[in-house]
Amino acid sequence: MKNTISHRVADFLKNFPPFNVLAQKDLETLSEEITIVYKERDSIVFAENDAPHPYFYVVNKGAVALKRGSDKGIMDMCDEGDIFGLRPLMAQENYKMSAKAHEESILYAIPIDIFKPYARKNIAVGNFLIESFASNTRNPYSKSHRGKLYDEVPEINPVAPDAQVLDLQSVQYSKQLVTCSPSSSAKTIATKMTEKNVGAMLVVKDKMPIGIITDKDLRNNIVTGKYPITTKAKEIMVSPVITYSKNLTITQAQMAMMKSNISHLCITKDGTPNSKAIGILSKHDVMVALGNNPAVLIKAINRAKKIKSIKQIRKSITHLLQDYLDQNIPIKLTTKIISELNDACVKQIIKLSLEEMPTKPPVRFAWLALGSQGRSEQLLQTDQDNAMIFENVPEEKLVETTSYFLELSKLINKGLFDIGYEYCPAEMMASNPNWCLSLDEWKKTISHWIINPGTDEVLLSSIFFDYNITYGDVNLVNELSEHIFETIKKYPIFYLHLASGALQNPSPTGFFRQLLVEEDGEHKDSFDLKRRALMPLTDAARVLILSHSVKSINSTAERFEKLAELEPNNEEIFMACSYATRALLKFRTKQGLLHNDSGRYIAIDKLTKEERIKLKRTFKTIKEIQELVSVRFKVSNLLR
Amino acid sequence: MIDFFKKKVPDYPDYWLEYENSFKKKPIEDLSLVRFVVLDTETTGFDYLNDRILCIGALSLVDKNIALNQSLELFLKQEHYNAETAKIHGILKNGGASCISESAAMEELLGFLNNAIIVAHHAIFDITMINRALERNGLPRLKNKVLDTSHLYKKTLLTSNVFKKKEHYSLDELAEKYDISKKDRHTALGDAYITAIAFLKIRNRLKGKGQLRLKDLLKMG
Repeated sequence: MKNTISHRVADFLKNFPPFNVLAQKDLETLSEEITIVYKERDSIVFAENDAPHPYFYVVNKGAVALKRGSDKGIMDMCDEGDIFGLRPLMAQENYKMSAKAHEESILYAIPIDIFKPYARKNIAVGNFLIESFASNTRNPYSKSHRGKLYDEVPEINPVAPDAQVLDLQSVQYSKQLVTCSPSSSAKTIATKMTEKNVGAMLVVKDKMPIGIITDKDLRNNIVTGKYPITTKAKEIMVSPVITYSKNLTITQAQMAMMKSNISHLCITKDGTPNSKAIGILSKHDVMVALGNNPAVLIKAINRAKKIKSIKQIRKSITHLLQDYLDQNIPIKLTTKIISELNDACVKQIIKLSLEEMPTKPPVRFAWLALGSQGRSEQLLQTDQDNAMIFENVPEEKLVETTSYFLELSKLINKGLFDIGYEYCPAEMMASNPNWCLSLDEWKKTISHWIINPGTDEVLLSSIFFDYNITYGDVNLVNELSEHIFETIKKYPIFYLHLASGALQNPSPTGFFRQLLVEEDGEHKDSFDLKRRALMPLTDAARVLILSHSVKSINSTAERFEKLAELEPNNEEIFMACSYATRALLKFRTKQGLLHNDSGRYIAIDKLTKEERIKLKRTFKTIKEIQELVSVRFKVSNLLR
Repeated sequence: MIDFFKKKVPDYPDYWLEYENSFKKKPIEDLSLVRFVVLDTETTGFDYLNDRILCIGALSLVDKNIALNQSLELFLKQEHYNAETAKIHGILKNGGASCISESAAMEELLGFLNNAIIVAHHAIFDITMINRALERNGLPRLKNKVLDTSHLYKKTLLTSNVFKKKEHYSLDELAEKYDISKKDRHTALGDAYITAIAFLKIRNRLKGKGQLRLKDLLKMG
């Protein structure tokens, strides 16, 4: 039946092959027969060897992973607009791969009976299908299509489990050529290279590459004073250019660069210098293809022009994390690197959001990460907790300024959501007017929390006081920190409340030292690692470090290390806490990666004996630090 | 003997009796088999007495699937007409789509609904508007069980003193939160679609470790 929704479906489909070649009328008729299917994360669309459904699928929103065999390696990831599950229908065989929703997804199920006549009637559709089956990918255009999407950021292939396969893969080169003519001046070239953020410029004549100028050439020839800045390109370029055809593999590219000791290769149409230049391949591209280098990832993040490409990079970050854990690289180092990468992603999103705003920010501001992100302990993606702080403005300007920053925060929150950070269920986000304030307003709010430390105020402070600046003006944040220390000094009773708050987390073990599991709710019978084990440590570290007026250290483990330094007599217990925090964090991350969630809840019966012992060992430390906090801040039993 | 005390049964049309009969079937408990009808109405205004339904959009939802060839979009002929609200909905009086009379619309709606569970955002409004229309055509009220996505949504939020829940959450807020495109907002079927996707997402978030049962849903919303 023709209606508003089928129009909407048709509107979406017409952007993707093979539907883009269908006549509008046919597409609308087809859309009327479509079923919209909702799949929650990790639910199966079809399993390997299932009999074919009467439908094939198009991803409208979300992502679907295609897998084959028992090794569970992902064969292909279908994004918005991708088709899957069509081949078995045409070939009348069972599904050869399984399809599982990788994220919460909405799919359009298109009935094969209705679609088939179009495939027969329309040659373009038929050809698409034949090509797609012959090339054995879901979409023969996918490669060139992807090239377009990632012009700025060459695609990062997730680290292949099998390095040999990777070696034979053809490399993704940058198709956006930055070129100049032989008569351009060195100054123009340098300006353009800076503007385009590239390390090399191709010198072309009639579209054919005749030479190349890299950062190094400019340094050696111009900066040394050997040539004046007005020198023409042809004087300083390196010639001839080493050229290859586009089917070059990663290994070949590496070999070629090593052999000639160069950092850039030129890709030409037929692989000789006598044909049109179509792309340039840098050492960086090769590194990206290898994909497991944090420095490369950071560079890729900083070059990202679209939020969608950041999302892609985040997948590589997860792979990197898995690798680090598998190789047993110290969790301290892992946490540092992954936090840096996450931080870079957020920064880039803020930059992109700023560009999207119609005007520049009216005053200085700072973006604060709160909670685990603020403590740089976030390895897996969790909910977002953040806040915005901006410079004081005259009262008559406050409304206008606030609405500007709320608008900006909304964009940033949405961007973070798009790369996988869920919205905070308690609305602790900068787009909430209570969390987007001027410096004076923040000071007022925080003073209120400290002077009236009820349960809610203590809870809010414990979330907020782990803030860390992600982007913006650090002076604003320092001023806020100063204010916090001064206020607490005036109202030392606040420590008592913060300390008692730190002791309120439920105990991890029962009377018989058995692990206590949740009794009801969504996570019945699993162990709440965050609330029962990590939070007591985090809370204790926070109140202790605040009492020493140390602000710049946010990570719990590092706070304990600092405490050990400040109080040599308690060194042993603090170091034990630091160790326990790291062990628990690693535990949580491993669990999270295993189950594709935040790793907060652990099914006790799935743990090995060794894991259980390890877990229990940290509890002794938790108990000791809680006693120390209780004694030091004289938390009476009444308050508990 | 003639039973004088027996209440006189009004002479209802066949389509009502058929609708009524559908409720005699044993209700289904398995959530994956239950048929939900997600609906939305566009009206001339918010006055239950004087305002009229302009358009009804309804989608059928079974086991997380929405089959588009089983959806309903009805445009109603108008006597009472309010130029202000028409601006929002873009449905001009008797214009564009082919319009049918209110009684014909009720017949179609009942035939589509049967014993399905109705899902709507701020359901009380849509249900009351429909009941008023039924009443004007000499028919009793709807018999379907009703779920309200605005109530259900609130159940997905954290209960915490730190964060005050609002009294009402608009469909726009839900769409933003769940990243549902607001295209076709303020058309009955477009809003029904947003409501349907929001309903599915809410259900997924309400799902505890155990299976969510129909009973639980009805209790909440």
